[in-house]
Amino acid sequence: MANVMLEVKELTTKYVTRYNEDIYAVDHVSLKVEEGKTLGIAGESGCGKSTLALSLMGYYFAPLHYTSGEIIIDGKNISGIDPDVVRKSILGTEISYIPQAAMNALNPTRKIINFIEDVYEAHDEYKTKKEIYELACECCSILGLPEAVLQKYPVELSGGMKQRTVIAVSVILFPKILIADEPTSALDVTSQKMVIKMLKDLMKDSFIKSMIFITHELPLLYNVTDDIMVMYAGQIVEKATAKEAVFDPLHPYSRGLMGSIIVPEQGLRDVKLAAIPGVPPNLKNPPAGCRFAPRCKYTRNECVATVNLRNLEGGRAYRCVLSEKELRNYYLKEAEQNARK
Amino acid sequence: MLENKEIILSAKGLTKEFGFGGTRTLAVDHVDIELYKGEVVSIVGESGSGKTTLAKMLLGLINVSEGEIYFQGKLRDIRTNKKKQEYWKNIQAIFQDPFSSYNIFHKIDAVLLDCIRMRGGGGLPREKKVELMTEACKFVNLKYEELTNKYPFELSGGQMQRLMIARIFLLKPKILFADEPTSMIDACSRATILDMLMQLRIDIGMTVIFITHDIGLAYYVSDKVFIMEHGKFVESGSADAVILTPREPYTQRLISDVPKIYEEWDLSTVECST
Repeated sequence: MANVMLEVKELTTKYVTRYNEDIYAVDHVSLKVEEGKTLGIAGESGCGKSTLALSLMGYYFAPLHYTSGEIIIDGKNISGIDPDVVRKSILGTEISYIPQAAMNALNPTRKIINFIEDVYEAHDEYKTKKEIYELACECCSILGLPEAVLQKYPVELSGGMKQRTVIAVSVILFPKILIADEPTSALDVTSQKMVIKMLKDLMKDSFIKSMIFITHELPLLYNVTDDIMVMYAGQIVEKATAKEAVFDPLHPYSRGLMGSIIVPEQGLRDVKLAAIPGVPPNLKNPPAGCRFAPRCKYTRNECVATVNLRNLEGGRAYRCVLSEKELRNYYLKEAEQNARK
Repeated sequence: MLENKEIILSAKGLTKEFGFGGTRTLAVDHVDIELYKGEVVSIVGESGSGKTTLAKMLLGLINVSEGEIYFQGKLRDIRTNKKKQEYWKNIQAIFQDPFSSYNIFHKIDAVLLDCIRMRGGGGLPREKKVELMTEACKFVNLKYEELTNKYPFELSGGQMQRLMIARIFLLKPKILFADEPTSMIDACSRATILDMLMQLRIDIGMTVIFITHDIGLAYYVSDKVFIMEHGKFVESGSADAVILTPREPYTQRLISDVPKIYEEWDLSTVECST
């Protein structure tokens, strides 16, 4: 069995509002990422994907608070450590992060090489400027950036290059796990493909050991990841391999998400998009029991009771009161009805 | 799709040039386009290919450097403000960023009332107006009672974009330009919004022009697709022909860059441009 790079057990974190209300944006999430693997996290806006990313890094600055659970990175438990310590000793070396608006994350008044020098300085790694420069060059060559970029200011680079620069800065200390939070949402398709290739190359050249990829673009997720985790209202509703999650989703919500895929491929023009009606619940007072029940087609009386993750063979899991057989029956019936139309 | 085809909007040799002297840029370069009544058309291209400039010229928001635009067979005349208002009753747009599409000092109520006024319903009794607005909000799954006293910034991005569709529902234009209507919202709301737009298009029989870089979206919604590069159409034709069997190298590259689920997504062809 491969080395487990990141293991999270029942992690719960909350936001505290001005009026002292607790909002549990990450609710009993467990996950495991092995060496060389990529985990994808899918879900609608506001379902807690980005909060999960921050929580995994131990980045607990108000209003985000740690409640319970364990985060173990390569055998080292980092749960509950002071965030200032986390920033110095864990961020960058153990776990690293590409923020959502990476294009705006660079200080416009500093050269690219300064950002990289900063990273070493912050982590008390004493290296001469020459050594740093050589390492930076190596990283740039993998990312397809010319060396000249290091002496430039962020405004001189294009969007795709800025994005790759941010990636270079975040992997320069060889983190064990890299969290990419919607790294390509602001890029056009060509730059997107380039960034994805770079991330895969980084993994191949063991700059990073494993990756968590967050996005709502499912076709992209399918192509990048090995496993997919679908989140809804702060909870995991389905865990499966990428193939199973896209072609054979079990939870009604994942099924709805997969129904909104649009790709330019033969035959998909005639498939009607299946949007999920309604909006995600307000997490201040989430619905009791199954959180998806108010929007679900197959609601029953039992849905008001707490629903646990059901584990299936092969590491698959889903959160629903209905058994696998019942769900599949529903889907089969629906497919038949559609075919008749 | 439709039988007796009637050209509703057409342009000949449409050109837009920005700057002057040595720094001239041709944003749109002698483009000919014909739009038929009731069809759905997509204009696809990368950032900076001139799609939005083309749309703005057709909408009458910016001046045309060269070329002619015909609306319903006649040369378009929007030289006075009054004529422009008349033109915009027939041709409307939804823009990319819903947050900057509204006047922030106007409540939702005022936004919708404005649409009724534009359709010549300014003299209707209040109850009739409320009825119309409630109907429009219901069409896009919003609740009119909850919205009346809100300002646009109190809504979420998806809600705002749906309100835009409610406006179109009230205005019933003949032509609608949708400039990246779904690029700021997530994949799930995207399906809802597209469904609504397509339903509305059938209900009031309008022509819809999607301007997008999302090839999947263009393929899903449109009858006809135009591929644009450096201000020119490089390829055009029915959606199936252009997207499934592209002929031009530019189109082929664009389509191969989109992540797919049934075909292998070839990452090895990426060139590291710098």
